[in-house]
Formats: sequence, C-alpha cells, structure tokens
Amino acid sequence: MKRNLGKIAKILISIGLSATFFAGNAYAENEQYFPLQSYRIGPYAAGGSGFFGGFIDYLQYINTKEGGVNGVKLTWSECETEYVVEKGVECYERLKKGLNGAPAAATNPLSVGIAYATLERSTADKLPLITINHGRTDSTDGSVFPYVFPLQLNPYSEVSAIINYIGTKSGGLDKLKGKKIVTLYHGSPYGKETNPILELLAKKYGFQLTLLEVPHPGNEQQSQWLTIRRDKPDWVILRGWGVMNPVALKTAQKTGFPADHIIGNIWSNSEDDAAPAGAAAKGYISITTHPSGTNFQVLQDIDKVVVKAGKGNLQDPKRFGTVYYNLGVENGILNVEAIRVAQAKFGKRPLTGEEVRWGFEHIKLDDARLKQLGAYGLVQPLKLSCADHEGGGSVRFQQWDGSKWKVISDWVQADRKLLRPIIEQSSHEYAKEKGITPRDCSKES
Amino acid sequence: MIYRESGQFITSYRADNRLFKLHQDRFSFYALLAFAFIVVPFIGNDYWFSAVLIPFLVLSLAGLGLNLLTGYAGQLSLGSAAFMAVGAFAAYNFHLRIEGLPFLVSFFFGGITAAAVGVIFGLPSLRIKGFYLLVSTLAAQFFVQWALTNFAWFSHNSSSGVITAPPLIILGHDFSNPVGRYLLTLTIVVALGLIARSIVKSEIGRQWMAVRDMDTAASVIGISVSKAKLLAFGISSFFLGIAGSLWAFTYLGTVEPHGFDLTRSFQILFIIIIGGMGSISGNFIGAAFIVLLPILLSVISNHLLSGAIDAGQLENFQKIIFGALIIFFLIKEPNGLAKYWQTFRQRARVWPLRF
Repeated sequence: MKRNLGKIAKILISIGLSATFFAGNAYAENEQYFPLQSYRIGPYAAGGSGFFGGFIDYLQYINTKEGGVNGVKLTWSECETEYVVEKGVECYERLKKGLNGAPAAATNPLSVGIAYATLERSTADKLPLITINHGRTDSTDGSVFPYVFPLQLNPYSEVSAIINYIGTKSGGLDKLKGKKIVTLYHGSPYGKETNPILELLAKKYGFQLTLLEVPHPGNEQQSQWLTIRRDKPDWVILRGWGVMNPVALKTAQKTGFPADHIIGNIWSNSEDDAAPAGAAAKGYISITTHPSGTNFQVLQDIDKVVVKAGKGNLQDPKRFGTVYYNLGVENGILNVEAIRVAQAKFGKRPLTGEEVRWGFEHIKLDDARLKQLGAYGLVQPLKLSCADHEGGGSVRFQQWDGSKWKVISDWVQADRKLLRPIIEQSSHEYAKEKGITPRDCSKES
Repeated sequence: MIYRESGQFITSYRADNRLFKLHQDRFSFYALLAFAFIVVPFIGNDYWFSAVLIPFLVLSLAGLGLNLLTGYAGQLSLGSAAFMAVGAFAAYNFHLRIEGLPFLVSFFFGGITAAAVGVIFGLPSLRIKGFYLLVSTLAAQFFVQWALTNFAWFSHNSSSGVITAPPLIILGHDFSNPVGRYLLTLTIVVALGLIARSIVKSEIGRQWMAVRDMDTAASVIGISVSKAKLLAFGISSFFLGIAGSLWAFTYLGTVEPHGFDLTRSFQILFIIIIGGMGSISGNFIGAAFIVLLPILLSVISNHLLSGAIDAGQLENFQKIIFGALIIFFLIKEPNGLAKYWQTFRQRARVWPLRF
C-alpha cells in the first residue's frame, strides 16, 4: 500500500514538473511558427502523413534554399490528433500561442471535424484557419468568416465543376438534358453535403439525378451497383472516402460499369483510392486541384534541396509526388505566399495571425507568379479577397492508367456565379444566428 | 490525527443526513470549491480551461451518469455516448425552435429528453441482465447515431450535419470566453454532483443498491425492481444528457453525431472502472486520469524525447503506457482509484500509528 502511495506521489510530482515545461522557454527571434495538428496514425494516416509530409518538406525547402521568408525562419512542431476532434482542439489550444516566442501564422488541420471545432476559437484568437479543398462551404464569404479560408475549392464548387466537365464531354451544357447521372455518396455528413447542390444543378440543366447512399465505412455496395446496372446511367459521381473508393471500383467492374465513366471527387482522388482496386481502377477519372507527379520545378527543387539531403519528412520515399504529398506542397506554397504578401505590407519580421490573415486575403497567383514559384501547372491561378476566401474554384481531371494518374483536362471552372448567392444566404444566416455584423468588404484595403 | 472523529457526535436526524459528516470533510470540500471557483479563474490560462479543465469536468459528469446506473443500480450499459448525443441534440433543438428559451432551460429539457430515451432503452433491463443487457444497450448507441445522421431535421438541415453552439448568454451575461465556459460547466457539474450524492443517499439510492446486490432479495423485501431499474436508467440518462450538451456547447462549441460514437461510451466506462464503481468522487478521479495522463505523457515525451521518435509512433507508444497503467491499477486495486482515497483517509485517521 505504502509503495503505491509513493507511486501516486511520483505521478503528481511529474504533473507539476510538466506544468513548468509550459513556461520558461527561450525567446526565438525572427521565426514564424506553424502549429501542425497532424495525424500519422489512425484510419486517415495515409492522408495525414502525405499531406503533412509535403507541407513540412516545403517549409524546410524555403528555410534551406532561401533562409526563410525574407530572412524570417519558418519553424513548426507537430501534435498528433489521430483525426480525433477533441485531440485536435487540445493541440490547437496547446500550440496556438506560438513556440519559443515565434508567433503562430495559421492552423491547417486538414480535418472537417477539427476545423468546425476550432472555427470560432480561431476567430476569437485571430489566427487564420486554413481548410484547403474542404471545410465549411459558406466560410468562402470572408465578410462573415474573416479568419477561415477554404482555399481553392469548396465542396459546392467541387460538384459544380464536375457537372461542367460532364457537360463539355457531352458537347455542351445544354446537352445534359435527359442524361442520367448517379451520385454514390458516403453515408456521413461529409458525403451528404453536396446533395442539395446536385439537385439544384439537375433542375437547372435537366439531367436525371439519382442519389445513392453507401453506409459507412463503405465495403458493402452490391445493391447500389445493381441499381446502377439497372438504371444504366451515363455517369457515376463517386463521393467516397477511404475504403469505399476501391470497393466501388471493384464492384463497378463486377457489375460491368465502365471505370472511365466514374468520376471521383476530391477525396476519392489519391493513389491510395485507385491502386488497391487493381485492374478495376484502370480508366477511372477523378478531379484534383493539383496534378500528381514530380514534373514541376518546385518538386524537383524540393527533391534536390530537401529529400536528397536526407531531410525529407516522408518515411516512404516512393510517396514523393503523390496526390496527398503534392496537396501538402501546395498548401505550403499558399501559406508561405500569404506570409510573403503580408510582409510586404507589415515589414520583414514575424507576423501576427491578424497580419497573416491580411496576407491570405491578398494572395494573387497569376501565371507569371506561379512560374516564379515553380508551381505553374501544379497550382491553379488564384486571387483571394475579403469577400472571396476560396479564390479559385477550378479543378483538373485526371485518369488512372493502372499505375499512376495522368492529367486529361485543363482547369475546369465551377459555376461560381450560381453558387455565390447560396453561399451568402447560408453565411448570413450564420451571422444572424451568432450575432455577427459582416465586414464591409468595399472598405477593406 | 488529521481525520480524528472524536468529539463529533451526531445528535439530530438532520445532522445524520448531512452529505459530509466530518467537519474535516466539509472543510476540505468547501476549500476545494473555493479554489475551483475563485482561484482557478485567475491562475488558469486558455489552454487549461479549454483543453483540460472543461473536458475533465464534463467527462466527470458523464462518468457520474453511468456510475449511477452501473455502479449503484448494477445495470451495465454501453450506450452512454448515445444518451449524451440525445441530450446535446435535444438541447440544441429546443434552443433553436423555441424562441427566447433561457439557455439553462434548454439544457434541462435536453436532459429530460435524454432521460425519456434512456427509459425506453432501459426497458429490456426488465427481462435481461448483465452481459446481455450490455449488448442490448449497444442498440441505443447505434440507433441514435444512425437517426441523427439520417434525419437532417435534428441538425437543422445543416448540410454537413454539424451543429454549432448558440451564444452562451445567461441572464444577460456572456459566458462564451474560456473562463466563462469553465465557470458555467463547473457550476452545473457541482450542482449535479451534489444532487447525485443526495440521490444515492436517499431511499432511491438504497433501492438501487439492493437491486444491484441481489434483485430477488430486493423484491422480497418489497422493492419494486422494475421501477428502480427504469428510474436508474432515466436519472442516469438525464445526467448523461446534460453532460452531452455541455460537451457540445461549452467544450467543443460544435458537435456532429460521430463525436458520440462507441469509443466515447468506452471512455466513460473506463472512467468509472478506473475511478471506482459506486463512488461519486471516483468519477472525478477517473476522468482526471483519462484526460490528464495522455496529455502529460505527450508533453513529457515532447520535451524529453523531442524529435527522437516519430510523432505517430510516440502516440502509439503512449497508448501502450496508458493501457499498461490501467491494467496495473486494476490489478493492484480493482475497486478503482477512489479506493486509494478511502484507504488514505483511514490511514490518516490512525496516524501516526500504523494502518
């Protein structure tokens, strides 16, 4: 008994010790900090390790090649979330204050759940929350969500671009009339999110839409594909996640539906989605905001400066240039660009979250700038503003040739004019619910 | 010596009914409350409030809810998270759909709804016992999650199924900042903790314990076993429902049905196993163990081993340590950490003599 009490005392003492760890850090001058709520284990490990691997490698690259952004070194530390919301919140609260005096620039959780849970916190803490290619659609309206950035592509733009692509393939959007499109979606909030928009587009263009749900996790799809076989649709949109994607491709093959008429959405577009389906995936089409592959100047540079020097973050070097890795690099480019833009206004020093937000709102990536960054063709032209936190809304289409993705289209733009009023309606409802007065974007400089 | 009882005689029935009979207990309880209410808001920072103290309090309350059912009434359940979800979503909907409903009242209604659902899923307990009941409560776990995901009405047709907390305004005072959320949670948890303590000391509590220890004997001495069981399910679910609303509104500020999955139910079960079945304080000790230890391990490993081991591996390693510690404690003390506290008190009572 006595021994046990002694042990408890030891535990208590170590709790006390760890509390002192929080304090007493030396001040790091001239550093900008990225708190990384990363996940390398758990069901989403493939996405997390690829994305954060690419992100870290890009930050490392900027540090090594250019000595940081205008002399400001980039630092980061990781906190494992396992994609669990509570852990993500804990990590956010732990890391938001910066590291050794280096102020935090922005948080990039790459998780819808964590993003939702830290949305109001980030706004209160004045720290940009980057939800690249995912997140809350109506946070595109920056006048209501000043600190949230669904960069490049929100879920609504995603489906709109797919329908536009199908339209071009059919020889014009007016040819969509009478076409049959099936959407196979994951039975979760994420999967359902775009259904209202698909219905809206179906009404607008007159195509026949069938929405089929696949219950989580998605390894049982026999009956759905039998329905598809009976209906003989022209296209199947796959809004899947994880194991659901390869199973869909395999079942499609069994029921005789051609893979080159299945279009995967943004979270059904990685090597980890297509490769496990083997031969069944050959010809499978998906959207992407960033082609995979290593044929881009910036990736070649990262390879030379970071990976070859043994400083790469990826455990498996074969994953260099994959979809998730390139998304991480892309995310790195946008974050660093925001800091660079903000430094031009506020001075070449570590910036506060508020200043970095200004930077994000003034990102302007045209072809010339993309060429300078070595990211031409990798990142889409992007222009953000106070009112528009998405900026792009374009995707490219890629096709799986059995071993890798090949880009098969130029940038296809979403119908952003059509979506904007819906987004604003939703964001204004949010503002009303929360008692937020939207910013007047015409007065922002 | 510290716990000397001499001279403290009970002379009235009221005194015998007090929550804390010894004035040492009363004093330390009031001191603890004063510390939590007055000192902590000044010394804590955002991190401690938002990431440590609030989840600790909410999980303690959830543990308390399950403990009333399992520890006191002897009914096993794996549906705790489902009842939390019912509470959270019901409170949200009451607040949303009834204009001007005071915030705390929507919480209360959320708890009542959870209690009603709890009673429905408690009905099988009238016929089945033990392990089989455990499995049947799983139905609650799966059904509630399915219903909340499938019917968009529950989440106000939010396209992603995620609900966000209404502004926490009570009597014109805004509790949305970390300190406010902490104080709000603390007040509710302390109040419900005291209520729970009164319940288990009352006739209902004694009936529950009789049913737990042997239901045949309980019915022989005139206790209505079915009433006691259903009441246990109802009251326990009420507590869990309130915990769920707190989890959604004062801790995360947002919630989706997925947040109340089976893992959460297991977490609450671990809290009462580690903390101590049939004990009020055990829930707090157990929740502290579950919330603080992983954070402590990760902080220690970050500082002592920074960079040496891969972040993901480290997390796996922590799981191993955590699991090992649980097994160790349970072998050493199957009655949970609360038993250590009792033993400590008994030792303190006879100190400096040996126990």
